[in-house]
Amino acid sequence: MATANPLGIDLDQYQWGFRMPENYVFKSRKGLSREVVEEISYLKGEPDWMRAFRLHSLEVFFKKPLPTWGPDLSVIDFDDIYYYIKPTDRQARSWDELPQEIRDTYERLGIPEAERKFLAGVGAQYESEVVYHSLKEEWEKLGVIFVDTDTAVKQYPDLVREYFGTVVPPEDNKFAALNSAVWSGGSFIYVPEGVKVEIPLQAYFRINAENVGQFERTLIIVEPGAYVHYVEGCTAPIYTTDSLHSAVVEIIVKEGARCRYTTIQNWSKNVYNLVTKRAVAYRDATMEWVDGNLGSKITMKYPSVYLVEPGAKAEILSVAFAGAGQHQDPGGKVIHAAPYTQSSIVSKSISKDGGRAGYRGLVKVYKGARGSKCAVRCDALILDDRSRSDTYPTMEIDEEDVQITHEATVSKVSDEQLFYLMSRGIQEDEAMNMIVRGFIEPIAKELPLEYAVELNRLIALEMEGSVG
Amino acid sequence: MNERAPDLVIRNLRAKVEDLDREILKGVNLEVRKGEIHAIMGPNGSGKSTLANVLMGNPFYVITGGEVLYKGRDLLEMSPDERAREGLFIAFQYPVAIPGVNFASFLRTALSARRGYQNELIPVAEFQKILREKLDLLKLDPSIVTRYVNEGFSGGEKKRAEILQMAVLEPEMAILDETDSGLDIDAVKVVAENVNQLFDKAAGNLGIVLITHYSRILQYIRPHHVHVMLDGRIVISGGPELAEELEQTGYEGLQAQFAEVAAATPGDQPVRRAGKVFWVAH
Repeated sequence: MATANPLGIDLDQYQWGFRMPENYVFKSRKGLSREVVEEISYLKGEPDWMRAFRLHSLEVFFKKPLPTWGPDLSVIDFDDIYYYIKPTDRQARSWDELPQEIRDTYERLGIPEAERKFLAGVGAQYESEVVYHSLKEEWEKLGVIFVDTDTAVKQYPDLVREYFGTVVPPEDNKFAALNSAVWSGGSFIYVPEGVKVEIPLQAYFRINAENVGQFERTLIIVEPGAYVHYVEGCTAPIYTTDSLHSAVVEIIVKEGARCRYTTIQNWSKNVYNLVTKRAVAYRDATMEWVDGNLGSKITMKYPSVYLVEPGAKAEILSVAFAGAGQHQDPGGKVIHAAPYTQSSIVSKSISKDGGRAGYRGLVKVYKGARGSKCAVRCDALILDDRSRSDTYPTMEIDEEDVQITHEATVSKVSDEQLFYLMSRGIQEDEAMNMIVRGFIEPIAKELPLEYAVELNRLIALEMEGSVG
Repeated sequence: MNERAPDLVIRNLRAKVEDLDREILKGVNLEVRKGEIHAIMGPNGSGKSTLANVLMGNPFYVITGGEVLYKGRDLLEMSPDERAREGLFIAFQYPVAIPGVNFASFLRTALSARRGYQNELIPVAEFQKILREKLDLLKLDPSIVTRYVNEGFSGGEKKRAEILQMAVLEPEMAILDETDSGLDIDAVKVVAENVNQLFDKAAGNLGIVLITHYSRILQYIRPHHVHVMLDGRIVISGGPELAEELEQTGYEGLQAQFAEVAAATPGDQPVRRAGKVFWVAH
C-alpha cells in the first residue's frame, strides 16, 4: 500500500517504527485519492475494518453527485484541499503538556478558566486532531466515556464498531461519504444506563491552516434513562482562501434517555460548512438540537431526528445570521416513524448586507404514526432591502391522526421599535442590536450562559456598521 | 417662577405625516418651565399625540415649519436618543413591545445612556439599588422588570411601566401622552399618584406636559396651566379652572367661545378674557 510518498518519507522505514518528533507537523498533500485515504488510516494506526470503511466511503463519495438543491457548491475544488493534518504526534494529557502556540490559542478562547468553572471535560480540536482531552474523575467512575473519536477507535473498538456509520451511513449524501473517508477527530461520548451527566460536556473547535478541511466525526451513545448535554463552540481566524468543513454527528438516544447537542458555529467567512447531524430516538427518548450559525460562506446543516419508537420526542432550535457574502441554509428534519411521537422546530434567521438566511425543513409522518404532534415555527428578520430570506418548509404527512402546526413570519426591524428604544437615550446601533438580540432570545436562553453571552457578542460584532 | 426663561419653547410648530400633504400641527406655541405642570387637552384628532411625538423626534412625522428650543438648544436638530439623554422624556400612549428584550436590562442600558456612560453600563449593584428604590416608590410589583419590554403587558401595566422608566431616567421635561387612557378609575388614580410623587421628588427640576382627552386625571394631578388644542393649534390657555369649565361646556362650547373671540379680533394676537388667553390666528 505504501505507494504514495508525498513528503519523501521513506515509508518502509516508517513501518519499522519511524516516529515523528513531538512538534512535527505532518501535512498530507492536497487532493483526494485512495492513497491519501490509506495514508490517513495508516498514520492513525487504525484497524482494518475502519480502513475498509474509509475506502468504501471514498468510492461512494466519487459516485455521489453534489446536491442539486440549495446553495451552489460547484465552486468547491476537492483537489485543492488538504484532507489531513496532524498538529502533534500524540495526545496531550494535561494542559501543561500542550505546545505553547496551541496553549496560547486556547488561552485566548478562555478554556482553562471556563474549565475550572463549568467544564466537565474538554476536547479541543486543533486543526484536524484532538490534542487535549480531560474528563472529570467522577464521571469516569460512572463509566462515562468522553474521548476524541480516534482514541475511541483504539480504546473502545467494539463500541465504536457497533454504532459507527449506523445513523449516518456513507451512502446518505456526498459530504457524509467524504467525511466517512477522511474523518479525523471529533468526540466520542458514551453514557451508561441511568447516568445523568449534569454539567455539559464541551469541546472547542478550530481550523487554523489555509486550505485545511476539517472532517470531525462525532458519535454519542446515550444508554436507557441516561442524560447528556454536549456543547460544541467554534471560532475560527480569518483565511484568505476557501476552506471546507464537513462533519458528521451521529447520536443514539435509547429508551427514556435524553440528549441535548448545542452548537455555536462561527467559521470564518470563506468556509463551506456542510454538516450532517442526525439522531435516532427510541421509546420515550428525547433529542434536542440547539444550533447557532453565524460564520461561514455557506452553511448547509439540517439536524435531524428519527423518532423510531412510541413516545420519542425531538426539539430543534436553530438561529442563523447571514451578512455580506454569506448564505446560511440551516433547518431541521424530523421523521415520525412511530405513534405518539412529538417534535418541535423553531428557526430564527437574520439577514443583512445582502446576506441570505432562511429555513429548510422536512417533517415526515409515516402512516401509522398516529397521535403524533409536530409544531414548526420559522421567523425571519431582514435588516435591509438588499438581504434575503428563504423558507422551504416541506411536510409529508401520510397519517391522518396527527396534529401539525406551522407558523412562519418575515419581518423587518420596525421603525416604531427603534424609535421607542431611542426615545430612552439608546443610540440607534445599540437599539438595533437590542432588537436583534431580542429576536433570537428564545434560542439564546436555551444556551449555557457563557455561550449566550458569546452569541450576543458575536451578533453585536456582526451588527457593527449596520446603521448608516 | 415665571421670571425664569422657559426650558422648552415651542414656536409656531407645524408638522405632517410624511406621505400626506395635510398638516396635523398648524402652528403650536407653548412655553414650559421646570417645576410646572401643563395639561394639554383636546378632542381626538386635534394633534395632541402628534405634538408629543414630534417633540421626541418620531421619524414618522415631518416638520414643516416653526422651531423648538430646549434648554436653549435647537431641539429639532437633535436625534431622539440625544433628546432623551438631555432629559426629555415621553410616556407613550401606545408603548410598543420589544420581544425578547428583558425590561431590566433595557432600563439599565437606557439609564447608562442618560447618565453619560460611554461604551459601558452602570454597575449592576448601583443599578439594582436605583431600580429597587423606584419600584418601591411607585409600589410596583418587581416581577415586571423580569419580563420582556411591554410584551404581554396589560393596558395598566404598560402605562405604569412607562412611569417606571420616567422614574428611573429622571427626566427634566416629561411629556405624558394620554397616560390615563384605557385605564379604569382606580388605575388612573394610581398612575396619577405616581406622577405626583415623581414631580414632588424632583423638587422643581421636572417640567410635565400632560396630554389628555378627559379631565378626570386632573382631579388627581393638579396642573398649573391648562391648554386646549383644537385642529392642530393651542387655542385657549388658562389655569386649572379651564379644565373644570371644559368639563361643563365640552370641546364644542370652548370651540364656540373661541370662534366668537376670533371673529371679533382682527389680526393674529392673544386675547385675554375671563382669566383665559385666546390665541387668535386667522
